[in-house]
Amino acid sequence: MIDYLVFFAIQATIFAVVCLGLNLQWGYTGLFNIGVAGFFAVGAYAFAILCGPTYASHLGGFGLPYPVGLAGALLAAALIALVAGIPTLRLREDYLAIVTIGFGTVLQLVALNAAWLTGGSQGATGIPRPLADWLAPATGRNLLMLAVTAGTVFAVYAALEAMVRSPWGRVLKAIREDEAAAASLGKNAFAFRLQAFVIGSSIMGLGGALYASFIGFISPQDFLPIVTFQVWAMLIVGGSGNNKGAVLGAVLMWGVWTASGSAAQALLPADLQVKGGAAQIILIGLVLMLTLILRPRGLVGEEAVVSREARVRPATPQAVRAPPAGGAPLA
Amino acid sequence: MIGQYVADGVVTGATLALGAIGLTLTYNILRFANFAHGELLTFGAYFALLFAGAFAGAQTFGTLSFGAGFVLATAGAALATALVALALDRFLFRPLRKSEIAVTLVIASFGASLMLRNVVVFVWGPEPEYYSRAISIASEIVPGVRLTSDELFVVALTAVLMLALHLFLARTRLGKAMRAVSDDPALALVAGIDVQRVIRATWIIGGALAAIAGVLFGLTVQVLPDMGATLILSMFAAAILGGVGSIYGAVLGGLLIGVAQSTSVAWIGPAYKPGVAFVLMLLALMFFPRGLLGEKR
Repeated sequence: MIDYLVFFAIQATIFAVVCLGLNLQWGYTGLFNIGVAGFFAVGAYAFAILCGPTYASHLGGFGLPYPVGLAGALLAAALIALVAGIPTLRLREDYLAIVTIGFGTVLQLVALNAAWLTGGSQGATGIPRPLADWLAPATGRNLLMLAVTAGTVFAVYAALEAMVRSPWGRVLKAIREDEAAAASLGKNAFAFRLQAFVIGSSIMGLGGALYASFIGFISPQDFLPIVTFQVWAMLIVGGSGNNKGAVLGAVLMWGVWTASGSAAQALLPADLQVKGGAAQIILIGLVLMLTLILRPRGLVGEEAVVSREARVRPATPQAVRAPPAGGAPLA
Repeated sequence: MIGQYVADGVVTGATLALGAIGLTLTYNILRFANFAHGELLTFGAYFALLFAGAFAGAQTFGTLSFGAGFVLATAGAALATALVALALDRFLFRPLRKSEIAVTLVIASFGASLMLRNVVVFVWGPEPEYYSRAISIASEIVPGVRLTSDELFVVALTAVLMLALHLFLARTRLGKAMRAVSDDPALALVAGIDVQRVIRATWIIGGALAAIAGVLFGLTVQVLPDMGATLILSMFAAAILGGVGSIYGAVLGGLLIGVAQSTSVAWIGPAYKPGVAFVLMLLALMFFPRGLLGEKR
């Protein structure tokens, strides 16, 4: 039971890292990134190449220390985010959604077909855990992994909280709410968006590295659009624009996902397992849509952030999203 | 050899074009990128499979692989898919449009897309299906280019539907109202246009065309639960390349993307075929974001 809880907590905390990255992009900056799985994959493969064993058929075998692998995953995801962001962050916001979903698809194709780099459909194996040489029972090794993933959540959470409460974070929200007003105050909306996009994506890459390290084996099958969908459901249910909400949503929705998965496995005969998986996704989709319709601010909701220098009480947040650019919303 | 690649690309492109027309209409009139549009293709294809079962064993037309029963099944599928699209709007998108906190429709449509895809898996299972097990004989159209009768039918039907839609938008009252809402929703409302009616018409036309595109894809390739999901990126690419809002642009974009994907196989192999549409779309967004036939604003 303890083993199972630890196992669950490791996965939930890995998702929490990714969800925090998405929260910086969507919750604070209003950027649609529907290529979460792609950035997750870049981080995972970068980590496998930097820290994994020597592979017969594809790149790897550098055997670099664990923290270097994590940093490499961050940088690799940041680099891809720059390539994706520069041409698109100036355009209408929907285009970013289309381009990121395309990037997700293309990165999956690369993972599948660039066998010299990624191992192709066979994937990459033997990816090390932290302190891989440390001999301990499985429980001890899992607890160490949990310490690393939970520590990462706290570190990312603390860093993001400091960032979004700084003047930089307030500019992000200002641009999200009213780009023209922010621009009239001399803020370069594109530069701020790009920063938020790159930082958020690199956090997703970090999550991917932790995932690769925990599972020890990655293949293109791990980075299907379903990952993006799960992370989005976590953020929307937890409450976008609130880092606590992002973490809460990740733990909660991962709980719903695993519980429904176990239920389907226990209740359905073997030949209906595929349908059980489909039913699981339908369930998460329903939760996402009902949240969007009935409780659009999520469980926690966005909190008003006012500069420490300003001597006013925070007003109740309105959390009103601007209507999509390009025309008035339809009734 | 290249002629054959181009011809195959035109056939795929015709399917993409029909899907992209619906996408460009919803994008322009409802003002959001509907990621669930691909699943309307999938639903159309499966509805036709369902209805076609009622006409099994019927006489086929000449060298085509299907007969009058299948045409009726396709019409039924178009109708049923239009109803699905209307239901999606009524229960998901409309409440979101009305909500005080205007959460984005794009996320909802992305969620709906995965959900609908899995409804298909749940109901019909994950295995590919075919409308006909009969082997179609491809005949030589021009020297070096062989196409089946079904493939020629796909191209011809797309041309007819495109023309019909153009006449509808240009000549009828409802069509003109749709163009007015697309140009300026606020002004259209002030002018007394029933915006709700226009929205319903948009979903019906977009859904029906998507269903036909799905059936045509199923006819020339196969019917799969994630067929719409694999086509959605190419359809977005077609709509953006052609210019969002333009019917002819969507058709031109669809044909260009289809031919580019098909001919790319000759140079880079089939592995990165879906990436070709993406690269073309990225180039279009960077250098001419209004598209080839987009309106000047």
